[in-house]
Amino acid sequence: MLTLYTRRRIINAIGLGISILAMLFGLFWLCWILWTLLGHGLPAMAPVVFEQMTPPPGSSGGLLNAIAGSLMMTLVGTLIGTPIGILAGTYLAEFGQRGWLAPVTRFINDVLLSAPSIVIGLFVYESYVVHVKHFSGWAGALALSIIVIPVVIRTTENMLRLVPTTLREAAAALGAPQWKIINFITLRAARAGIITGVMLAIARISGETAPLLFTALNNQFWSSNMDQPMANLPVVIFQFAMSPYEDWQKLAWAGALLITLSVLTLNILARVLFRQKAASH
Amino acid sequence: MNAENTANQKTTTPKIIVKDLNFYYGDYRALKDINLSIAEKMVTAFIGPSGCGKSTLLRTFNRMYQLYPKQKATGQVLLDGANILDKKQDLNMLRAKIGMVFQKPTPFPMSIYDNIAFGVKLYESLNKNNMDERVEWALRKSALWTEAKDKLRQSGTSLSGGQQQRLCIARAIAVKPQVLLLDEPTSALDPISTAHIEKLIDELKEDFTIVIVTHNMQQAARVSDYTAYMYLGDLIEFGDTSTVFTNPKRKETEDYITGRFG
Repeated sequence: MLTLYTRRRIINAIGLGISILAMLFGLFWLCWILWTLLGHGLPAMAPVVFEQMTPPPGSSGGLLNAIAGSLMMTLVGTLIGTPIGILAGTYLAEFGQRGWLAPVTRFINDVLLSAPSIVIGLFVYESYVVHVKHFSGWAGALALSIIVIPVVIRTTENMLRLVPTTLREAAAALGAPQWKIINFITLRAARAGIITGVMLAIARISGETAPLLFTALNNQFWSSNMDQPMANLPVVIFQFAMSPYEDWQKLAWAGALLITLSVLTLNILARVLFRQKAASH
Repeated sequence: MNAENTANQKTTTPKIIVKDLNFYYGDYRALKDINLSIAEKMVTAFIGPSGCGKSTLLRTFNRMYQLYPKQKATGQVLLDGANILDKKQDLNMLRAKIGMVFQKPTPFPMSIYDNIAFGVKLYESLNKNNMDERVEWALRKSALWTEAKDKLRQSGTSLSGGQQQRLCIARAIAVKPQVLLLDEPTSALDPISTAHIEKLIDELKEDFTIVIVTHNMQQAARVSDYTAYMYLGDLIEFGDTSTVFTNPKRKETEDYITGRFG
């Protein structure tokens, strides 16, 4: 007969063992992905990637137009989506206790949050691209902003809910009107968390392919005109990786590595920011 | 313990008069026909076991409950004769007159200076010099000036718990209210910080009418002139502190303060 203590130790060891195995299983694939990516991407990295446009098959070239296009559309998408997301998230957290509007909004937002991004691409195609009759950078940015909005709404609401009620009460007890409480106290207290959310949203859209396929499409040449079809890294990777040409495939690897590294950097930045916030409390 | 004797001799004017006050959390009646008066520039303590309604009573004085849709109060709370429960009462002006300090220190996420200036700016537009003076005045009043004067630009959260609580007191008095509500202001603090705050309460009653909710009966005996003992939403006994503690009229009060109950 085992003693209670030994039995607990055995159960603990089994539980811990299973957890570690699950973690190793997850990490294994992640490391493999990174390994493959670095193995193929690093040799393809060269100054020319940042200097030249996407080439026709057989000639040398780079990804400059795709990098610039991705940056522009990500920037515009973020600039459109962030204010809407923060305002809506603030509404849900600060005014969402009464009435039917907030629960309905929250539910729809959850649906939007998990909607496949290709659906969003199709939606913008149908509601914008079809009407103006050409693909464009604006359409791409619009599709990206629709992905940003639910992410920012969710994090803003969650971060504001983490602000202790006593802080709101303390400000209210001084006689501060609600808009001042929200602007100067709660949003400020939740600032680091909200910024983290925005950065995660940027990381999310910088790798999205599906919504751009039907909206910005692609452009072989340099274009800074947002009203024209626009090159972007995800679609270029999609197109080049599927091609039979070796130099295109190499560029696709370079692009994939670029996106991964920038998303990784953003995630690390977000984490560092959030940790600083946690330390100051 | 001399405060009580002098309190008895002083002729006191009531600052707040509570008449037939009932309070509801939804359908639950948390306060039952409360009647009492709070003397001006005195310290009144509310004591009683958890859930007896002492914090609830305190929070009707600045209508804090109004943040929550399901809470409501009926009856009258007269501040200088005017019913503050009246719908017509301007909430922000009421709260300018009645400041509050909470159980947990609640520094705002901004500098020490701005923590104090925040409340002042709601009611007055002072130039920089006057604001500097006001901040210093409030910090001196709350006995925090010597510790904080070199780090006014640092975050309020960088202070220790006891200092944060004094910052909250400074923030409340910077607005120059008439009444100060203290909701268990020392229950999250260590004994030394508690002693600081109690000494402060004694000094502050020169200028402010103070109402304090406390779990700690010794604290009520030390700092207050009047004590109200509450139980299950009823006001059981109310009188000057020395009488309530040494010669209570009601058996329930005696049981509570002697530790036989609660």
